[in-house]
Amino acid sequence: MLPPIEAQTLITRLIREDWGRILSSLVSTTGNYALAEDSLQDSVVSALEVWPRKGAPRHPDAWLITVARRKALDRIRKGETAKRKSDELALWLEQHRDDPDDRDMVIPDHRLELIYTCCHPALEEKSRVALTLRALGGLTTAEIANAFLDKTDAMAARLTRAKKKLADAGIAFKLPEPDDLHERTDAVLRVIYLIFTEGCHASSGQLMREELVQEAIRLGRILTTLLPDHAEAKGLLALMLLSDSRRLTRRGEDGSFVPLDAQNRARWDRGRINEGLALTKAALTDGPAGPYALQAAISAVHAEAATFADTDWAQIVALYDVLYQRHPNPILRINQAVALSYADSPDAGLQLLASVEDEDKLARYQPFHACRADLLARLGRHEDAAASYRAAIALSQAPEQAAFLESRLHELNAP
Amino acid sequence: MQYMCLIYNAEDNGPQPGTDEFGPYMQSYMDFTKEVQDAGKMVGGEALEPIATSTTVSVRNGKTELVDGPFAETKEQLGGYYILDCKDLDEALHYAAKIPDAKYGRVEVRPVMIFD
Repeated sequence: MLPPIEAQTLITRLIREDWGRILSSLVSTTGNYALAEDSLQDSVVSALEVWPRKGAPRHPDAWLITVARRKALDRIRKGETAKRKSDELALWLEQHRDDPDDRDMVIPDHRLELIYTCCHPALEEKSRVALTLRALGGLTTAEIANAFLDKTDAMAARLTRAKKKLADAGIAFKLPEPDDLHERTDAVLRVIYLIFTEGCHASSGQLMREELVQEAIRLGRILTTLLPDHAEAKGLLALMLLSDSRRLTRRGEDGSFVPLDAQNRARWDRGRINEGLALTKAALTDGPAGPYALQAAISAVHAEAATFADTDWAQIVALYDVLYQRHPNPILRINQAVALSYADSPDAGLQLLASVEDEDKLARYQPFHACRADLLARLGRHEDAAASYRAAIALSQAPEQAAFLESRLHELNAP
Repeated sequence: MQYMCLIYNAEDNGPQPGTDEFGPYMQSYMDFTKEVQDAGKMVGGEALEPIATSTTVSVRNGKTELVDGPFAETKEQLGGYYILDCKDLDEALHYAAKIPDAKYGRVEVRPVMIFD
């Protein structure tokens, strides 16, 4: 018999690692996402009660599925689900009432169907993100709410709405039609990337928000396993890994922001870098380079430079050109201007920035002003730089960013 | 499942009667209707007369009130609909995108409620 604490740990680990696989299998048999999720939840509650007393089953995942099927049957009998189709389903579940303790079953992996369903473009974007974290990541509603700085009630209502739409609007649990595959996969990648960037914007101490970065990487890994030939899935995972390799050096011991040129490169995570570099290479050779692969390639150039001064800035400028040609987004020009300022001169960077300064959305975009301030400061135009620093500080959302810019502004005035 | 595709457009937007584009536009509706009929998806569908012909009715305290015109005073008005029997939302969305006015206005796709 397993001591209670170990049963608890086993269940926690199962939920972390296998929630998506188990849930996807249940959705596939019941055809009803909400019913599958509620029944799996019931099954977990039973496990927490039974396993510490009677010992963990030999096949814990099969146990959870078998018990969840019984719970689903109970819920159908109590009339909790819509009448249509439920008779047929009840019969199927009746026939599959196995003994949970001595069953080793092959659990079919339907996570790909699950991820496409959760990221269906007919759902609101924020709901796609929340549903993906819930269904594939096994995060609780409270954890998701916490990560997005939302109230748990509001997040619960959002998830309920989304699940209701899945059922009532007839969003099928299936792989997309070939015609839609490309767009639908892009939607999945976007959801994972949104989870990642949300985590990157965490301030220090916002642990659940920081956890989103690791969650996004985990989802990225699942996706590359499920879509082994998809170049952009690899590109996205590479981008996230390379960015995450610098996580520890992005903040000083006091929590302050540390820019790329001041980071201790010896503390960059080599494991993450090596994996990211290999994936970048694979993503670039698998087909025409997509936006994630190109961004990963840019991040890879940084990862490969031993020092800031050794960075191959010309290469980065060229990569931004390719990226901009395919996706003419003015925000890209800001990052390119930084690279150009080192590859060529701060003046060249400033000229590139000037080419997009009329874009409406950039007036209120903090990095635009921060970048401009830095270039002006390097050109010795201190008064102009100070004005840009002040604009950037006013637009900063994270306190670490504002503090960093304040210190730069202060250095300007110092002799 | 049955889905209603509600076709919204501003009446002065898209091909207008009497222009060269109007013939092919009407033809494209006939082609679409034939396509959904042949595929066995068509449950029903009609075009509506312009909003100039519309009257809105409400009953308050037992008294019937009539107002000239449509209920919603938005630029885009309901101009017609199809009810299609599709296997899931994806299929309904796929057909909705082929409705000729999707190019000019908007098509809202809503499941028909099933009472059970």
